[in-house]
Amino acid sequence: MKHNNTYIFLYASVMVVLVAALLSVASESLKETQQNNVKIEKIQNILSSVNIESTKENAQELFDKYIPAQNRIVVGVDGQVKNGIEAFGIDIKKEQAKSADSRNLPVYICQLENGDKKVILPLLGKGLWGPIWGYMSLNTDNSTVYGVTFDHKGETPGLGADINKDWFMEPFKGKTIFEGDNFVSITVHKGGKGSAERAGDLNHGVDAISGGTITSKGLEAMLKSSISDYVNYLKTNKQ
Amino acid sequence: MSEMFSKKNLKLLTNPLGDDNPITVQVLGVCSALAVTVKLEPAIVMGLSVTIVTAFANVIISALRNTIPSRIRIIVQLVVIAALVILVDQILKAYAYDVSKQLSVFVGLIITNCILMGRLEAFALGNKPWPSFLDGIGNGAGYGMILIIIAALREITGSGTLTLPGLGELRIIPLSFYDMGYANNGLMILPPMALITVGLIIWFQRSRSKHLQESN
Repeated sequence: MKHNNTYIFLYASVMVVLVAALLSVASESLKETQQNNVKIEKIQNILSSVNIESTKENAQELFDKYIPAQNRIVVGVDGQVKNGIEAFGIDIKKEQAKSADSRNLPVYICQLENGDKKVILPLLGKGLWGPIWGYMSLNTDNSTVYGVTFDHKGETPGLGADINKDWFMEPFKGKTIFEGDNFVSITVHKGGKGSAERAGDLNHGVDAISGGTITSKGLEAMLKSSISDYVNYLKTNKQ
Repeated sequence: MSEMFSKKNLKLLTNPLGDDNPITVQVLGVCSALAVTVKLEPAIVMGLSVTIVTAFANVIISALRNTIPSRIRIIVQLVVIAALVILVDQILKAYAYDVSKQLSVFVGLIITNCILMGRLEAFALGNKPWPSFLDGIGNGAGYGMILIIIAALREITGSGTLTLPGLGELRIIPLSFYDMGYANNGLMILPPMALITVGLIIWFQRSRSKHLQESN
């Protein structure tokens, strides 16, 4: 069928306007549910770093119970607490892009049922294919790891993607990130099972994932760079 | 009713499952077939999403087919597909967040899936909405079927499990096998083995259907 230019022009315009309206309506009406999904996932990640299992339904409730709002604080690289900023809403990626002195660093302090306090720090870094992130919780000596949780956007399935598996995260527990007063972070040792032990690094080292070296090394770099911002805070607030 | 499901119309549904399969015979949409078949659940969701998008894009284009100016028909098709895909993506993000994370960018890439454009150009532009709908369902199902076969093979051999929507991860290879020295085939979860699996399925199908074999 032959159509003239005016018809084609009108046809295209009307179609585009209709589609745009439809998509805006859909996006607006689903936005709240989507943002809630992201928020709940973040809460679940934070809770699992202190070994608290949560479901989508009770995540918010457990979060308010173990980490009440006054325990979600923001500190600077100098270790001083900054008031008036909401910790949960902070975008770590944006903070990492700022110069060190102006970064707002969220800290979550978890009060467990037995009275123990754990400090939870957010982590963000680069894997092989994309961002990796996680949370690490420390005992009150601010050095011994109580628990970690890692996740990734799209690491290689079965290899680098296994950083979010229990068998990889479990060995981090009990490692220390300080040697005396020096921040040493945690080293990920290449070379298969038992390589941290062979390297004689049982206090600050864990095994890397075979075949997932770049993800493992990215994770090591993430720990080092993310936690180094907190060194002053951790040193001044340990018990 | 009998006319709606006439022999000719039913063929539109069944042909893409066998002799006219979009992946194994027409070799379209292979890239996404490689990418989302590490686990079964994303493969099922991807198959469903593509089926829904193909069916509705076919219906919409077919209903509009006499009004679409032929000079901009490809753009019109793309807009319809893109709109449907964005809708599917938004709905997954809201109601199946975990799955949408696994599928990540591949839902968006349905837009560029050759099967969709292929069906719109080859079928919907020249047929009535109802046959077009059946054609879309058939082709989506043909695509989804191959995805599910590949994903099941890869997950069982590569991880020893099957992940089903709503049921979570089911262990297929018992853990006692691993104690006896069985190991997962790590190669199966990497993309090259998906390609080889597609190749094997094509080989199997052609060896059984003589008329699919090219004479040379």
